[in-house]
Amino acid sequence: MSGAPFLATEHWWDLRDLSNISREILEFLDRVGPDWLAYVVSPLIGFVAAFLLFVLPSQLFVGVYGERRLIGRMQSRLGPNRVGKFGLLQPIADAIKLIQKEAITPRGADKWVMWTAPVVFVAPAVLVWAVIPFGPNMVIADIPVGLVYFLAITALPVLAAFMAGWSGNNKYSLFGAMRVVAMAISYEVALVLGLLGVVLFTSTMSLQAIVEWQREHDIWLVFLQPLAFVIYFISASAELNRTPTDIAEAESEIVAGYLTEYSGMKWGLFYGMDIGYALAAAAFGSTVFLGGWSLFGLEEWVPPWLILVAKTHLFYFVFIWTRGTLPRLRIDQLMALAWKYMLPLAAINLLVVAAERLWWHEAGLGDGIVYLFAAANIALALLLVVGWARVLGYRPERVPTRPRLVKHVGGYVAPGAETGGGR
Amino acid sequence: MIEGAGPVAAFWGLSALTLLAAGGVVVSRNLFHAVLFLIVVFLGIAGFFLLLSADFLAMAQVIIYVGAIAVLILFAIVLTPRASRDNAETRMAPVALVAGVAVAGLLIPAILDAEWRTLSSAPALPVSDLGRELLGVWVLPFQLASVLLTAALVGAVVLVRSPREEREEIDEEERR
Amino acid sequence: MSVTLEHFLTVSTLLFAIGLFVALSKRNAVAVLMGVELMLNASNLALVAFARLAETSLAITGHVFVVFVITVAAAEVAVALALAVAVYRNRETVDVDKVTSLRA
Repeated sequence: MSGAPFLATEHWWDLRDLSNISREILEFLDRVGPDWLAYVVSPLIGFVAAFLLFVLPSQLFVGVYGERRLIGRMQSRLGPNRVGKFGLLQPIADAIKLIQKEAITPRGADKWVMWTAPVVFVAPAVLVWAVIPFGPNMVIADIPVGLVYFLAITALPVLAAFMAGWSGNNKYSLFGAMRVVAMAISYEVALVLGLLGVVLFTSTMSLQAIVEWQREHDIWLVFLQPLAFVIYFISASAELNRTPTDIAEAESEIVAGYLTEYSGMKWGLFYGMDIGYALAAAAFGSTVFLGGWSLFGLEEWVPPWLILVAKTHLFYFVFIWTRGTLPRLRIDQLMALAWKYMLPLAAINLLVVAAERLWWHEAGLGDGIVYLFAAANIALALLLVVGWARVLGYRPERVPTRPRLVKHVGGYVAPGAETGGGR
Repeated sequence: MIEGAGPVAAFWGLSALTLLAAGGVVVSRNLFHAVLFLIVVFLGIAGFFLLLSADFLAMAQVIIYVGAIAVLILFAIVLTPRASRDNAETRMAPVALVAGVAVAGLLIPAILDAEWRTLSSAPALPVSDLGRELLGVWVLPFQLASVLLTAALVGAVVLVRSPREEREEIDEEERR
Repeated sequence: MSVTLEHFLTVSTLLFAIGLFVALSKRNAVAVLMGVELMLNASNLALVAFARLAETSLAITGHVFVVFVITVAAAEVAVALALAVAVYRNRETVDVDKVTSLRA
């Protein structure tokens, strides 16, 4: 491991490096059982540690309770506060309600596909956690193509959404499914191009190596490539079907979109894994852009996995923040955003990043040049985000500061409505 | 050759999965189920790629085949609602069966009889080598592939434009 | 126990034969396309197996070939499905038995 040595020791009780515990367990199994036992058990330990100990509690408390409470406070109302003290038992109440609800299968629906769709939806949300590094030795599978693995996993829930929408034998669910799929594949293109810019700098696709790169160069990729971060944030929130891009399950539009025919625990699986997948995207974003388990040297005292957990929750809080604040976009606005705005921005980002990287390595400049690149990229990002919107014709709205008549602000007044409607 | 209990078990499992799913594409009486079986075949092939140490290709296979091509096929099924979706065979089915069996029957004995020169140790196939080859030796096919993709994109858009949209666009051009 | 090149090539051939049967015998044009995709996947499998297990001068060339096959398959699927949808618009069917003459 390059860089300063860690204070975490090799003792099994040193919680700063959780791989001590797993190493002890695996060595014990190696001595006691046949060869293949340790080989089979090690991903199980990783699964228990990453998913059951971290994701599920976060999902239940932060995702179900915290999100609804925070959105409530942001919208000037109380969130759930009835069940238990401060409403803390809300997730448990929700789970009990969903389990005891009847899971109806409509007549004429495709039973096999309807039962398989939640499975296909849950599996990717769990699989992503295999490549996220929680610490210098704490990765379940440090494959050399971790970034592309995340992109591959992102493609799978789209399929599950389509299966869910199709199997309901209901034209509204099919509409919802088509909209979701069209939106998701549009944003996937921008997502891939944005992450490609990241790979250009780090010369590696393994997530552990990306975190190491950020530690080595003492800079977070969010400062070095802010445009890629913005593209990742918007595209990830679109893939996750979160407001402002949640036309999939737009609660006030087409009933519940592709989830119309789902009730009971089948719906509960979709809902839970929506949160789980949002946490996974937040963890991935904090690993690639916000430095992962490193914090400019603080990771030697504080356990690195705690730093990653904090960053994931911070990222997820920004997801919640945008959800509580921004209104929903229409499908045509979303597609225009993806194809006319995100894609050219991602392409320009790629060009600029490639030019910078070429200049950096061909001219043999030192490592300090990254700060200059960061400043230039931030300026370019601000310029592009505002300038490209102007080019496309979006002017910022002038919000009136004192009350004015609708027609003076430029709104539409129906002829004959000016007299106040017959009062 | 690939040794070890884990990879061998993975190989047999993946072969069973892939071939059974391919059988499902043939046999299933519902076109949508056939597409789902096809997706399982794609995932099985991605598993084979992982077994053969082609990790980037496995991920690319999932992204492109499962994430894009399967979705395109599903869209085509949804956009052709009055076509028959019972995955029936034409009258040429027996001839096709003979052709398939003949191809397999010719190739498999040839494969088993041939003397393949195989490596004893695994070669290093890192992704950076793939990138260097693509932009080095094979840069001309790479650029041609990008031209092909652009042509396919434009062609697909032109093909599915309805005549009403075309007339509207021509009217707009004349107005300007 | 081990898995040799012949195992992979056998699986690839079987998949290719199944794909050939699907492509030649299905009525729906989209199903024919699925057969073509099966055949392309089978050849990708064979290429990657050769790259890993056979004694070649430059093994990575197999992977390069697979990248191109995947790219061309994607382009081909897009155009083929656009064709199918365009035919459906005119003839209201994608049955390959019925779309047999250029005259409407």
